[in-house]
Amino acid sequence: MTIVVKQLYFNYGKKAALKGVSFSLSAGFNVLLGPNGAGKSTLFSLLTGLYQPSSGEIIINGYDLLKSKLAIMRNVGVVFQQATLDLDLSIRQNLLYHASLHGIAPNQALHNIERILTQLKLQTRLDDKVRSLNGGHRRRVEIARALIHQPKVLLLDEATVGLDTESRALIIEHVRDLCQQLDICVLWTTHLMDEVTAQDQLIIINEGEVQAQGVTSDLCQTHQVENVYQLYYALTHHKGLV
Amino acid sequence: MNIYQYFYCFTGIVKREILRFFQQRSRLLSALVRPLLWLVVFAAGFRAALGVAIMEPYGTYITYQQYITPGLCCMIVLFNGMQSSLSMVYDREMGSMKVLLMSPLPRPFLLLSKLIATALLSLLQVYLFLLLARLVDVDIDMAGYFAAAPAVFLIAFFLGSLGLMLSNLIKQLENFAGVMNFVIFPMFFLSSALYPLWKMQEASLWLYWICDYNPFSYCVELLRFALYQQMNVTAFWVVFGSTIFASLFALFSFSPQRGSKVTAMKSKK
Repeated sequence: MTIVVKQLYFNYGKKAALKGVSFSLSAGFNVLLGPNGAGKSTLFSLLTGLYQPSSGEIIINGYDLLKSKLAIMRNVGVVFQQATLDLDLSIRQNLLYHASLHGIAPNQALHNIERILTQLKLQTRLDDKVRSLNGGHRRRVEIARALIHQPKVLLLDEATVGLDTESRALIIEHVRDLCQQLDICVLWTTHLMDEVTAQDQLIIINEGEVQAQGVTSDLCQTHQVENVYQLYYALTHHKGLV
Repeated sequence: MNIYQYFYCFTGIVKREILRFFQQRSRLLSALVRPLLWLVVFAAGFRAALGVAIMEPYGTYITYQQYITPGLCCMIVLFNGMQSSLSMVYDREMGSMKVLLMSPLPRPFLLLSKLIATALLSLLQVYLFLLLARLVDVDIDMAGYFAAAPAVFLIAFFLGSLGLMLSNLIKQLENFAGVMNFVIFPMFFLSSALYPLWKMQEASLWLYWICDYNPFSYCVELLRFALYQQMNVTAFWVVFGSTIFASLFALFSFSPQRGSKVTAMKSKK
């Protein structure tokens, strides 16, 4: 297993945000689905080591996150919900900066950048300022940035928030392709159900607790529902968004 | 991680800060206009009213412009250090700080690199200001320019660390504006930047004591002496000690959880 989470608890003051979350993920496309306020972003901040859990264990690629955060970060790429690119710098400058944070030499970084941008169909815009890009392209640059250091795990927190339907579809298609090409573990966090397919490994979270985990189609069968929309409603009593 | 990886990371952070600085032309402009206004307008008006007697490190009578130049250099450094920490609070709230913290290199090293980058930017701004100051007859020996560089760097590192330390204590961006007013202006005005401390002593003893305990006064005096190729030993040790304290406190008390946790708690209410 690439990511193992055991009995994870986290509180904001007295309010419990995560209540004993446990799951395990392997290579492939995994979706963490839940309504707003379910605890997805909190879980994401814990998985990236930004927050310290109240209790519990997170193991990524065999390393305990609390004990070996730096070793884990070498193999983890992260796309945050908030836009974190420097708008006044070009795509090249943004990506080179990120590569440097991972200790990658500029020559090697440029090689990686060209390869990833080609995969994401952005190679002609290398010297464009990020400010001049539309929302979809900015997201693709953020994904490219997360992949520069060739991670084994890619974590994406609501990566399609604020994008139109077409851009959303393109982004998710790109990430699915990359997941297959690079054979990595992707954790795609979302509250939008049309981003889930029947073959995806799905975790449904609500009110800080995992409601279900498994292949989407299997979960539908187990809960005797026809699709992910009905499954989501049955488990969370939220109608959900598409 | 090997030493080359640390080097690439350090140069990457420094390069980004410099690129960002030159992209934001208004920041460069305001960094220079503020002290130049003080030098040209304020000092011209006050030179007649405030004569400065012969004092160390000056060997003769000097103009008021010459007197306040080291203070204005320190003002540039103070503003740059605080602006940099303001951007850290902003980055922490907006999420860009998370990117920096996703690096597999130790957090204190990343923050130290950011502090050095800020200090180098301050150095650059101070030398641009000193160059422009020559136009209003603030002449300094070439050797003085060289001698001042380590002093400016040390002061910039201290004030950058102080800014980072403050940004660690501040939970939200809105609180920072108040702290700027309670830190920058008192630090600057209650120091030897604009008038010698013996003048302050004549006016008010308690104000003199406050100025005397203000580490910014020692920053100004360290630079004043360095520009004249002299070493103010007391000022050096005070600034050096303050730098060690502020930087260690800032580097090891930094918490990315602080701003984002508050934001998260707000959104959950």
